[in-house]
Amino acid sequence: MSDIELSDIVRNLLGGAAWTLGLSLTAFVLGGLAGLAVLFARIARNPLPRRLAQAYIEVFQGTPLLMQLFIIFFGSSLIGLEIPPWLAAALGLTLFTSAYLGEIWRGCVEAIPKGQWEASASLAMSHVEQMRHVILPQALRIAIAPTVGFSVQVVKGTAVTSIIGFVELTKTGSMLANATFQPFLVFGLVALGYFALCYPLSAYSRMLERKIHGSRAH
Amino acid sequence: MAYAFDFSAVLEYREALLAGTGRTLMLTGIGAVAGLVLGTAGAVSRAWRLAPFDRIFAVYVELIRNTPFLVQLFFIFFGLPSLGVQMDEWQAAILAVVINLGAYSTEIIRAGIEATPRGQIEAAQSLAMTRRQIFFHVVLPPALAKVWPAICSQVVIVMLGTSVCSQIAAEELTFAANFIQSRNFRAFETYFVVTAMYFLLAVGVRQVLALTGQRLLGRRSK
Repeated sequence: MSDIELSDIVRNLLGGAAWTLGLSLTAFVLGGLAGLAVLFARIARNPLPRRLAQAYIEVFQGTPLLMQLFIIFFGSSLIGLEIPPWLAAALGLTLFTSAYLGEIWRGCVEAIPKGQWEASASLAMSHVEQMRHVILPQALRIAIAPTVGFSVQVVKGTAVTSIIGFVELTKTGSMLANATFQPFLVFGLVALGYFALCYPLSAYSRMLERKIHGSRAH
Repeated sequence: MAYAFDFSAVLEYREALLAGTGRTLMLTGIGAVAGLVLGTAGAVSRAWRLAPFDRIFAVYVELIRNTPFLVQLFFIFFGLPSLGVQMDEWQAAILAVVINLGAYSTEIIRAGIEATPRGQIEAAQSLAMTRRQIFFHVVLPPALAKVWPAICSQVVIVMLGTSVCSQIAAEELTFAANFIQSRNFRAFETYFVVTAMYFLLAVGVRQVLALTGQRLLGRRSK
Protein backbone atom coordinates (compact mmCIF):
# COMPACT_ATOMS: atom_id res chain seq x y z
CA MET A 1 0.00 0.00 0.00
CA SER A 2 1.32 3.41 -0.86
CA ASP A 3 1.66 6.09 1.74
CA ILE A 4 -0.69 8.46 -0.10
CA GLU A 5 -4.08 8.39 1.55
CA LEU A 6 -7.39 8.52 -0.29
CA SER A 7 -8.06 11.91 1.27
CA ASP A 8 -4.79 13.22 -0.21
CA ILE A 9 -5.79 11.91 -3.65
CA VAL A 10 -9.20 13.55 -3.43
CA ARG A 11 -7.75 16.83 -2.17
CA ASN A 12 -5.25 16.97 -5.04
CA LEU A 13 -7.88 16.08 -7.60
CA LEU A 14 -10.15 18.84 -6.30
CA GLY A 15 -7.27 21.26 -6.78
CA GLY A 16 -6.91 20.05 -10.38
CA ALA A 17 -10.66 20.31 -10.91
CA ALA A 18 -10.51 23.96 -9.86
CA TRP A 19 -8.06 24.63 -12.71
CA THR A 20 -10.30 22.71 -15.11
CA LEU A 21 -13.24 24.84 -14.01
CA GLY A 22 -11.21 28.05 -14.30
CA LEU A 23 -9.97 27.19 -17.77
CA SER A 24 -13.46 26.17 -18.89
CA LEU A 25 -14.96 29.45 -17.67
CA THR A 26 -12.19 31.51 -19.28
CA ALA A 27 -12.51 29.72 -22.60
CA PHE A 28 -16.29 29.87 -22.53
CA VAL A 29 -16.52 33.59 -21.73
CA LEU A 30 -13.71 34.73 -24.04
CA GLY A 31 -14.74 32.19 -26.68
CA GLY A 32 -18.30 33.49 -26.46
CA LEU A 33 -17.15 37.07 -27.05
CA ALA A 34 -14.94 36.02 -29.96
CA GLY A 35 -17.78 33.80 -31.16
CA LEU A 36 -20.01 36.87 -31.41
CA ALA A 37 -17.43 38.43 -33.73
CA VAL A 38 -17.34 35.21 -35.77
CA LEU A 39 -21.15 35.23 -35.92
CA PHE A 40 -21.34 38.81 -37.17
CA ALA A 41 -18.64 38.15 -39.75
CA ARG A 42 -20.39 34.95 -40.81
CA ILE A 43 -23.74 36.66 -41.44
CA ALA A 44 -22.32 39.94 -42.80
CA ARG A 45 -23.66 41.14 -46.13
CA ASN A 46 -20.12 41.73 -47.37
CA PRO A 47 -18.81 38.41 -48.78
CA LEU A 48 -15.20 38.90 -47.62
CA PRO A 49 -15.76 38.64 -43.84
CA ARG A 50 -18.33 35.94 -44.52
CA ARG A 51 -15.81 33.75 -46.35
CA LEU A 52 -13.07 34.43 -43.80
CA ALA A 53 -15.38 33.43 -40.97
CA GLN A 54 -16.42 30.31 -42.85
CA ALA A 55 -12.79 29.31 -43.38
CA TYR A 56 -12.02 29.99 -39.71
CA ILE A 57 -14.89 27.76 -38.62
CA GLU A 58 -13.93 24.98 -41.03
CA VAL A 59 -10.31 24.97 -39.91
CA PHE A 60 -11.19 24.73 -36.22
CA GLN A 61 -13.93 22.15 -36.76
CA GLY A 62 -11.82 20.13 -39.20
CA THR A 63 -8.62 19.71 -37.18
CA PRO A 64 -7.93 18.07 -33.80
CA LEU A 65 -7.95 20.36 -30.76
CA LEU A 66 -4.64 18.77 -29.75
CA MET A 67 -3.01 19.94 -33.02
CA GLN A 68 -4.43 23.44 -32.52
CA LEU A 69 -2.83 23.53 -29.08
CA PHE A 70 0.52 22.24 -30.37
CA ILE A 71 0.58 24.85 -33.14
CA ILE A 72 -0.18 27.67 -30.70
CA PHE A 73 2.33 26.37 -28.18
CA PHE A 74 5.18 25.84 -30.65
CA GLY A 75 4.17 28.60 -33.07
CA SER A 76 4.33 31.28 -30.41
CA SER A 77 7.92 30.38 -29.57
CA LEU A 78 8.77 30.85 -33.25
CA ILE A 79 7.77 34.49 -33.07
CA GLY A 80 9.85 34.87 -29.95
CA LEU A 81 7.12 34.51 -27.33
CA GLU A 82 7.67 31.86 -24.70
CA ILE A 83 4.13 31.38 -23.49
CA PRO A 84 3.36 29.17 -20.52
CA PRO A 85 1.08 26.13 -20.97
CA TRP A 86 -1.89 27.77 -19.23
CA LEU A 87 -1.85 30.67 -21.68
CA ALA A 88 -1.55 28.37 -24.70
CA ALA A 89 -4.39 26.28 -23.27
CA ALA A 90 -6.63 29.31 -22.69
CA LEU A 91 -5.87 30.78 -26.10
CA GLY A 92 -6.37 27.49 -27.94
CA LEU A 93 -9.64 26.67 -26.21
CA THR A 94 -10.92 30.22 -26.71
CA LEU A 95 -10.35 30.02 -30.47
CA PHE A 96 -11.85 26.51 -30.59
CA THR A 97 -14.91 27.66 -28.63
CA SER A 98 -15.39 30.79 -30.74
CA ALA A 99 -15.50 28.77 -33.96
CA TYR A 100 -18.12 26.35 -32.63
CA LEU A 101 -20.27 28.99 -30.92
CA GLY A 102 -20.12 31.24 -33.99
CA GLU A 103 -21.47 28.40 -36.11
CA ILE A 104 -24.12 27.36 -33.57
CA TRP A 105 -25.37 30.93 -33.27
CA ARG A 106 -25.43 31.39 -37.04
CA GLY A 107 -27.82 28.46 -37.18
CA CYS A 108 -30.02 30.19 -34.60
CA VAL A 109 -30.05 33.47 -36.54
CA GLU A 110 -30.87 31.65 -39.76
CA ALA A 111 -33.70 29.80 -38.05
CA ILE A 112 -35.56 33.11 -37.67
CA PRO A 113 -38.25 33.18 -40.38
CA LYS A 114 -37.58 35.41 -43.38
CA GLY A 115 -40.83 37.27 -42.74
CA GLN A 116 -39.28 38.79 -39.62
CA TRP A 117 -36.54 40.36 -41.74
CA GLU A 118 -39.03 41.56 -44.32
CA ALA A 119 -41.46 42.96 -41.77
CA SER A 120 -38.72 44.88 -39.95
CA ALA A 121 -37.31 46.11 -43.27
CA SER A 122 -40.76 47.40 -44.18
CA LEU A 123 -40.70 49.41 -40.94
CA ALA A 124 -37.63 51.16 -42.36
CA MET A 125 -35.29 49.63 -39.80
CA SER A 126 -31.61 49.63 -40.66
CA HIS A 127 -29.67 46.35 -40.68
CA VAL A 128 -28.31 47.09 -37.21
CA GLU A 129 -31.76 47.95 -35.88
CA GLN A 130 -33.22 44.78 -37.38
CA MET A 131 -30.54 42.77 -35.65
CA ARG A 132 -30.79 44.60 -32.37
CA HIS A 133 -34.57 44.74 -31.98
CA VAL A 134 -35.99 41.87 -34.04
CA ILE A 135 -33.59 39.09 -34.98
CA LEU A 136 -31.14 38.72 -32.10
CA PRO A 137 -33.73 38.73 -29.29
CA GLN A 138 -35.54 35.85 -30.95
CA ALA A 139 -32.33 34.04 -31.92
CA LEU A 140 -31.08 34.35 -28.35
CA ARG A 141 -34.08 32.43 -27.10
CA ILE A 142 -33.36 29.40 -29.27
CA ALA A 143 -29.59 29.71 -28.80
CA ILE A 144 -29.52 29.10 -25.06
CA ALA A 145 -30.07 25.33 -25.10
CA PRO A 146 -27.40 24.46 -27.71
CA THR A 147 -24.98 26.94 -26.11
CA VAL A 148 -25.32 25.31 -22.70
CA GLY A 149 -24.99 21.95 -24.46
CA PHE A 150 -21.75 23.06 -26.10
CA SER A 151 -20.31 24.16 -22.77
CA VAL A 152 -20.03 20.44 -21.98
CA GLN A 153 -17.69 20.10 -24.98
CA VAL A 154 -15.59 22.97 -23.62
CA VAL A 155 -15.19 21.32 -20.21
CA LYS A 156 -14.26 18.02 -21.86
CA GLY A 157 -11.93 19.82 -24.26
CA THR A 158 -9.89 21.14 -21.33
CA ALA A 159 -8.70 17.56 -20.70
CA VAL A 160 -6.63 17.73 -23.90
CA THR A 161 -4.65 20.68 -22.50
CA SER A 162 -3.06 18.25 -20.04
CA ILE A 163 -1.01 17.00 -23.00
CA ILE A 164 0.75 20.36 -23.45
CA GLY A 165 1.55 20.35 -19.74
CA PHE A 166 -1.28 22.35 -18.19
CA VAL A 167 -1.89 20.83 -14.76
CA GLU A 168 -5.66 20.48 -14.55
CA LEU A 169 -7.82 17.53 -13.50
CA THR A 170 -6.55 14.98 -16.04
CA LYS A 171 -2.88 15.87 -15.58
CA THR A 172 -3.26 15.79 -11.81
CA GLY A 173 -4.84 12.36 -12.24
CA SER A 174 -1.96 11.09 -14.38
CA MET A 175 0.60 12.26 -11.83
CA LEU A 176 -1.35 10.72 -8.95
CA ALA A 177 -1.81 7.46 -10.83
CA ASN A 178 1.96 7.26 -11.31
CA ALA A 179 2.65 8.13 -7.68
CA THR A 180 0.08 5.83 -6.07
CA PHE A 181 0.00 2.88 -8.52
CA GLN A 182 -3.78 3.02 -8.26
CA PRO A 183 -4.79 4.04 -11.79
CA PHE A 184 -8.22 2.42 -11.57
CA LEU A 185 -9.18 4.42 -8.51
CA VAL A 186 -7.56 7.66 -9.64
CA PHE A 187 -8.91 7.73 -13.20
CA GLY A 188 -12.27 6.60 -11.88
CA LEU A 189 -12.30 9.64 -9.59
CA VAL A 190 -11.10 11.88 -12.42
CA ALA A 191 -13.97 10.66 -14.62
CA LEU A 192 -16.35 11.25 -11.73
CA GLY A 193 -15.03 14.81 -11.42
CA TYR A 194 -15.74 15.56 -15.08
CA PHE A 195 -19.14 13.92 -14.77
CA ALA A 196 -19.97 16.15 -11.80
CA LEU A 197 -19.05 19.21 -13.87
CA CYS A 198 -20.72 18.15 -17.12
CA TYR A 199 -23.86 16.28 -16.16
CA PRO A 200 -25.70 19.28 -14.67
CA LEU A 201 -24.94 21.25 -17.84
CA SER A 202 -26.19 18.40 -20.07
CA ALA A 203 -29.34 17.99 -18.02
CA TYR A 204 -29.99 21.74 -17.97
CA SER A 205 -29.51 21.96 -21.74
CA ARG A 206 -32.00 19.11 -22.25
CA MET A 207 -34.51 20.79 -19.96
CA LEU A 208 -34.20 24.07 -21.88
CA GLU A 209 -34.65 22.24 -25.15
CA ARG A 210 -37.83 20.56 -23.95
CA LYS A 211 -39.15 23.91 -22.76
CA ILE A 212 -38.63 25.55 -26.15
CA HIS A 213 -40.12 22.65 -28.07
CA GLY A 214 -43.03 22.57 -25.66
CA SER A 215 -43.87 26.23 -26.12
CA ARG A 216 -43.49 25.95 -29.86
CA ALA A 217 -46.02 23.15 -30.04
CA HIS A 218 -48.91 25.50 -29.20
CA MET B 1 14.05 37.81 -36.05
CA ALA B 2 14.45 35.61 -39.08
CA TYR B 3 13.20 32.10 -38.77
CA ALA B 4 13.65 30.06 -41.90
CA PHE B 5 10.78 27.67 -42.38
CA ASP B 6 11.90 24.29 -43.55
CA PHE B 7 9.08 21.98 -44.57
CA SER B 8 11.42 19.58 -46.37
CA ALA B 9 12.59 18.49 -42.92
CA VAL B 10 9.06 17.17 -42.41
CA LEU B 11 8.56 15.64 -45.82
CA GLU B 12 11.68 13.52 -45.34
CA TYR B 13 9.55 11.52 -42.94
CA ARG B 14 6.68 10.94 -45.34
CA GLU B 15 6.75 7.20 -44.70
CA ALA B 16 6.09 7.74 -41.02
CA LEU B 17 3.35 10.22 -41.90
CA LEU B 18 1.69 7.80 -44.30
CA ALA B 19 1.91 4.92 -41.83
CA GLY B 20 0.36 7.12 -39.14
CA THR B 21 -2.39 8.22 -41.52
CA GLY B 22 -3.14 4.59 -42.31
CA ARG B 23 -3.42 3.71 -38.64
CA THR B 24 -5.58 6.73 -37.87
CA LEU B 25 -7.93 5.67 -40.68
CA MET B 26 -7.90 2.07 -39.50
CA LEU B 27 -8.75 3.12 -35.96
CA THR B 28 -11.53 5.36 -37.26
CA GLY B 29 -12.87 2.70 -39.63
CA ILE B 30 -13.03 -0.12 -37.09
CA GLY B 31 -14.33 2.27 -34.47
CA ALA B 32 -17.02 3.63 -36.77
CA VAL B 33 -18.37 0.24 -37.85
CA ALA B 34 -18.36 -1.32 -34.39
CA GLY B 35 -19.48 1.92 -32.74
CA LEU B 36 -22.48 2.24 -35.06
CA VAL B 37 -23.47 -1.38 -34.43
CA LEU B 38 -23.29 -0.72 -30.69
CA GLY B 39 -25.17 2.55 -31.17
CA THR B 40 -27.92 0.81 -33.15
CA ALA B 41 -28.32 -1.77 -30.38
CA GLY B 42 -28.46 1.03 -27.82
CA ALA B 43 -30.90 3.07 -29.90
CA VAL B 44 -33.41 0.26 -30.32
CA SER B 45 -33.15 -0.65 -26.64
CA ARG B 46 -33.86 2.94 -25.67
CA ALA B 47 -36.52 3.72 -28.29
CA TRP B 48 -38.49 0.49 -27.81
CA ARG B 49 -37.84 0.34 -24.04
CA LEU B 50 -36.34 -3.15 -24.06
CA ALA B 51 -35.81 -3.75 -20.32
CA PRO B 52 -33.30 -4.00 -18.78
CA PHE B 53 -31.13 -2.81 -21.68
CA ASP B 54 -32.86 0.57 -21.98
CA ARG B 55 -31.77 1.52 -18.45
CA ILE B 56 -28.25 0.18 -18.94
CA PHE B 57 -27.81 2.12 -22.16
CA ALA B 58 -29.25 5.27 -20.58
CA VAL B 59 -26.59 5.20 -17.84
CA TYR B 60 -23.85 4.30 -20.34
CA VAL B 61 -24.77 7.19 -22.63
CA GLU B 62 -24.72 9.73 -19.80
CA LEU B 63 -21.42 8.44 -18.40
CA ILE B 64 -19.64 8.56 -21.74
CA ARG B 65 -21.08 11.82 -23.04
CA ASN B 66 -20.19 13.66 -19.84
CA THR B 67 -16.55 12.60 -19.55
CA PRO B 68 -13.60 13.40 -21.86
CA PHE B 69 -12.42 10.82 -24.39
CA LEU B 70 -8.87 11.16 -23.05
CA VAL B 71 -9.99 10.13 -19.55
CA GLN B 72 -11.96 7.20 -20.96
CA LEU B 73 -8.84 6.12 -22.82
CA PHE B 74 -6.63 6.41 -19.70
CA PHE B 75 -9.20 4.54 -17.61
CA ILE B 76 -9.28 1.68 -20.12
CA PHE B 77 -5.54 1.53 -20.77
CA PHE B 78 -4.14 2.26 -17.29
CA GLY B 79 -7.08 1.48 -15.02
CA LEU B 80 -8.53 -1.77 -16.33
CA PRO B 81 -5.29 -3.81 -16.03
CA SER B 82 -5.62 -3.60 -12.23
CA LEU B 83 -8.87 -5.56 -12.66
CA GLY B 84 -6.90 -8.14 -14.62
CA VAL B 85 -7.98 -6.91 -18.09
CA GLN B 86 -4.71 -6.56 -20.00
CA MET B 87 -4.75 -4.73 -23.32
CA ASP B 88 -2.16 -3.46 -25.74
CA GLU B 89 -2.39 0.18 -26.84
CA TRP B 90 -4.33 -0.62 -30.02
CA GLN B 91 -6.91 -2.76 -28.29
CA ALA B 92 -7.39 0.00 -25.73
CA ALA B 93 -7.63 2.70 -28.41
CA ILE B 94 -10.15 0.74 -30.48
CA LEU B 95 -12.21 -0.13 -27.40
CA ALA B 96 -12.26 3.52 -26.31
CA VAL B 97 -13.33 4.72 -29.76
CA VAL B 98 -16.08 2.10 -30.00
CA ILE B 99 -17.42 2.90 -26.54
CA ASN B 100 -17.29 6.63 -27.22
CA LEU B 101 -18.95 6.54 -30.64
CA GLY B 102 -21.43 3.94 -29.39
CA ALA B 103 -22.77 6.38 -26.82
CA TYR B 104 -23.13 9.32 -29.20
CA SER B 105 -24.63 7.22 -31.99
CA THR B 106 -27.11 5.66 -29.56
CA GLU B 107 -28.64 9.10 -29.09
CA ILE B 108 -28.38 10.06 -32.76
CA ILE B 109 -29.93 6.84 -34.10
CA ARG B 110 -32.58 6.84 -31.37
CA ALA B 111 -33.83 10.17 -32.69
CA GLY B 112 -34.16 8.58 -36.14
CA ILE B 113 -36.00 5.53 -34.80
CA GLU B 114 -38.38 7.64 -32.74
CA ALA B 115 -39.24 9.66 -35.85
CA THR B 116 -40.66 6.53 -37.55
CA PRO B 117 -44.37 7.11 -38.25
CA ARG B 118 -46.56 4.69 -36.28
CA GLY B 119 -48.43 3.77 -39.43
CA GLN B 120 -45.29 2.24 -40.90
CA ILE B 121 -44.96 -0.16 -37.99
CA GLU B 122 -48.68 -0.96 -37.97
CA ALA B 123 -48.60 -1.64 -41.72
CA ALA B 124 -45.64 -3.98 -41.23
CA GLN B 125 -47.45 -5.76 -38.37
CA SER B 126 -50.50 -6.24 -40.54
CA LEU B 127 -48.25 -8.01 -43.04
CA ALA B 128 -47.35 -10.45 -40.22
CA MET B 129 -43.72 -9.33 -40.10
CA THR B 130 -41.83 -10.30 -36.97
CA ARG B 131 -40.39 -7.66 -34.66
CA ARG B 132 -36.95 -8.39 -36.01
CA GLN B 133 -38.09 -8.08 -39.63
CA ILE B 134 -39.91 -4.84 -38.85
CA PHE B 135 -36.83 -3.39 -37.23
CA PHE B 136 -34.34 -4.32 -39.94
CA HIS B 137 -36.55 -3.77 -42.99
CA VAL B 138 -38.99 -1.04 -42.01
CA VAL B 139 -37.59 1.02 -39.14
CA LEU B 140 -33.81 1.02 -39.36
CA PRO B 141 -33.05 2.01 -42.99
CA PRO B 142 -35.14 5.21 -43.04
CA ALA B 143 -34.07 6.01 -39.47
CA LEU B 144 -30.39 5.83 -40.45
CA ALA B 145 -31.07 7.80 -43.63
CA LYS B 146 -32.71 10.57 -41.61
CA VAL B 147 -29.83 10.99 -39.16
CA TRP B 148 -26.96 10.11 -41.53
CA PRO B 149 -25.61 13.69 -41.70
CA ALA B 150 -25.34 13.75 -37.88
CA ILE B 151 -23.61 10.36 -37.93
CA CYS B 152 -21.11 11.63 -40.52
CA SER B 153 -20.28 14.64 -38.32
CA GLN B 154 -19.86 12.46 -35.25
CA VAL B 155 -17.51 10.04 -37.03
CA VAL B 156 -15.37 13.01 -38.15
CA ILE B 157 -15.30 14.33 -34.58
CA VAL B 158 -14.21 10.90 -33.37
CA MET B 159 -11.52 10.70 -36.06
CA LEU B 160 -10.09 14.06 -34.94
CA GLY B 161 -10.37 12.92 -31.34
CA THR B 162 -8.21 9.85 -31.97
CA SER B 163 -5.22 12.20 -32.01
CA VAL B 164 -5.05 11.86 -28.21
CA CYS B 165 -4.43 8.10 -28.62
CA SER B 166 -0.79 9.12 -29.14
CA GLN B 167 -0.77 9.54 -25.34
CA ILE B 168 -0.96 5.78 -24.78
CA ALA B 169 1.70 5.28 -27.49
CA ALA B 170 -0.67 4.07 -30.19
CA GLU B 171 1.37 4.97 -33.24
CA GLU B 172 -1.20 6.94 -35.22
CA LEU B 173 -0.78 10.23 -37.05
CA THR B 174 -0.21 12.45 -34.00
CA PHE B 175 2.28 9.94 -32.62
CA ALA B 176 4.11 10.18 -35.95
CA ALA B 177 4.12 13.98 -35.60
CA ASN B 178 5.55 13.79 -32.08
CA PHE B 179 8.20 11.34 -33.27
CA ILE B 180 9.17 13.45 -36.28
CA GLN B 181 9.47 16.72 -34.36
CA SER B 182 11.64 15.01 -31.76
CA ARG B 183 14.01 14.03 -34.58
CA ASN B 184 14.09 17.13 -36.78
CA PHE B 185 13.47 19.77 -34.07
CA ARG B 186 11.00 21.44 -36.42
CA ALA B 187 7.99 21.34 -34.17
CA PHE B 188 6.00 24.09 -35.84
CA GLU B 189 6.45 22.82 -39.39
CA THR B 190 5.73 19.25 -38.36
CA TYR B 191 2.52 20.08 -36.52
CA PHE B 192 1.48 22.42 -39.30
CA VAL B 193 1.82 19.71 -41.94
CA VAL B 194 0.08 17.12 -39.77
CA THR B 195 -2.75 19.53 -38.96
CA ALA B 196 -3.25 20.08 -42.68
CA MET B 197 -3.29 16.30 -43.15
CA TYR B 198 -5.99 15.94 -40.52
CA PHE B 199 -8.00 18.62 -42.28
CA LEU B 200 -7.80 16.74 -45.57
CA LEU B 201 -8.65 13.50 -43.80
CA ALA B 202 -11.72 15.14 -42.27
CA VAL B 203 -12.87 16.35 -45.69
CA GLY B 204 -12.15 12.94 -47.22
CA VAL B 205 -13.84 10.92 -44.48
CA ARG B 206 -16.90 13.13 -44.73
CA GLN B 207 -17.10 12.58 -48.51
CA VAL B 208 -16.67 8.83 -48.22
CA LEU B 209 -19.35 8.64 -45.53
CA ALA B 210 -21.76 10.75 -47.60
CA LEU B 211 -21.26 8.46 -50.60
CA THR B 212 -21.60 5.36 -48.40
CA GLY B 213 -24.86 6.75 -47.08
CA GLN B 214 -26.17 7.30 -50.59
CA ARG B 215 -25.20 3.79 -51.61
CA LEU B 216 -26.54 1.97 -48.57
CA LEU B 217 -29.54 4.08 -47.69
CA GLY B 218 -30.72 5.39 -51.03
CA ARG B 219 -31.56 8.89 -52.10
CA ARG B 220 -33.16 9.83 -48.78
CA SER B 221 -29.76 10.72 -47.31
CA LYS B 222 -28.30 13.94 -48.55
